[in-house]
Amino acid sequence: MTLWITVIIASVLSFVVKYTGYLIPQSMLEKPKFTRVTNLLTVAMLAALVAVQTLGAGQAIALDARIPAVIVAAILFTFRVPFIVVVAVAGIVAVVLRNLGWMA
Amino acid sequence: MALSAADKRALRTGISVGIAVAAYGVSFGALSVAAGLDIWQTCFLSLVLFSGGSQFAVIGIIASGGAAAGIPAIASSTFLALRNGIYSMRVAPIVGGGPWWRRIVAAQLTIDESTAVAIAQDEKSAQKVGFWTTGIAIYIGWNLATFAGALLGNLVGDVNKFGLDAVAAAAFVGLLWPRLKQLQAAAVAMVAAVLATILIPFTPPGVPVLAAAVVALVFGLTNWLHREPAAQVQPDDASEPLDTPGFHPGHEGAAS
Repeated sequence: MTLWITVIIASVLSFVVKYTGYLIPQSMLEKPKFTRVTNLLTVAMLAALVAVQTLGAGQAIALDARIPAVIVAAILFTFRVPFIVVVAVAGIVAVVLRNLGWMA
Repeated sequence: MALSAADKRALRTGISVGIAVAAYGVSFGALSVAAGLDIWQTCFLSLVLFSGGSQFAVIGIIASGGAAAGIPAIASSTFLALRNGIYSMRVAPIVGGGPWWRRIVAAQLTIDESTAVAIAQDEKSAQKVGFWTTGIAIYIGWNLATFAGALLGNLVGDVNKFGLDAVAAAAFVGLLWPRLKQLQAAAVAMVAAVLATILIPFTPPGVPVLAAAVVALVFGLTNWLHREPAAQVQPDDASEPLDTPGFHPGHEGAAS
């Protein structure tokens, strides 16, 4: 599968999902199982992505400067610091730790 | 068109959210070319996929598995994008009317932020203004920023030297955090993260993220660890959008 095929299929499916929401009846919103599974899917995918983006290095686990950066980000998000500030701080934490030679 | 005070407030909110999100699109562009996509593929994602979480999921999985990880990348992106379908249902009464082409544009602009700003407004006209301003501001800003980021990423090469790998991880934390208010969601997040981590060395790249969907299905279908009785959606109650059942967008200013 080429990268272009992946990019195009993922993009088209994203639009199909959005547009479908305008076509199906509002009463679906009142089905708790439907909204619950959708919400939990979002949570599960995001949590797995946090784990993989923080710890993964291809098919290996790497413990590096991403870990303290993510911990700092989690603390700042808990205190409702704006998104853009938090991600910038996370990047800076990683850069500083790497430049000091403390972590990979 | 005369704008009321409420409309103008919605307009200002939309534009400021748009600028905050756009600034962050630079990191998407840079990370995407670092993941191995070219500038046009990167721009295509922002133009057509246009949902920050899913876009980062695609490039994150491609970064670890290359083109061979296409299927888990597509599946993860789509699972993550399903929430946009819920948002569409929520905003359809506000912006779903009019000619077919306007509904197509509205659909494309239906993401966390446009929905959050729209339903946070009290008046119907301000909801409309909030949705369109936020959606259009983010669409333009996010795409320009993506392009700039992709060019920049090509120039600098190793973006991890600039901590962008940590930025990507932190961004997912930011999208996840506002959704963890309930015990059930927090439990799903914990189990999904642990499962994904355990699977990293044993499965092809992309599969650990995809496997987390099973956790959501098990908890969601059995309603395990759910405390309150099944909640009803109240489309008219937009006072606290973040706590409305069936609707858990990131806080304003989060990536789309």
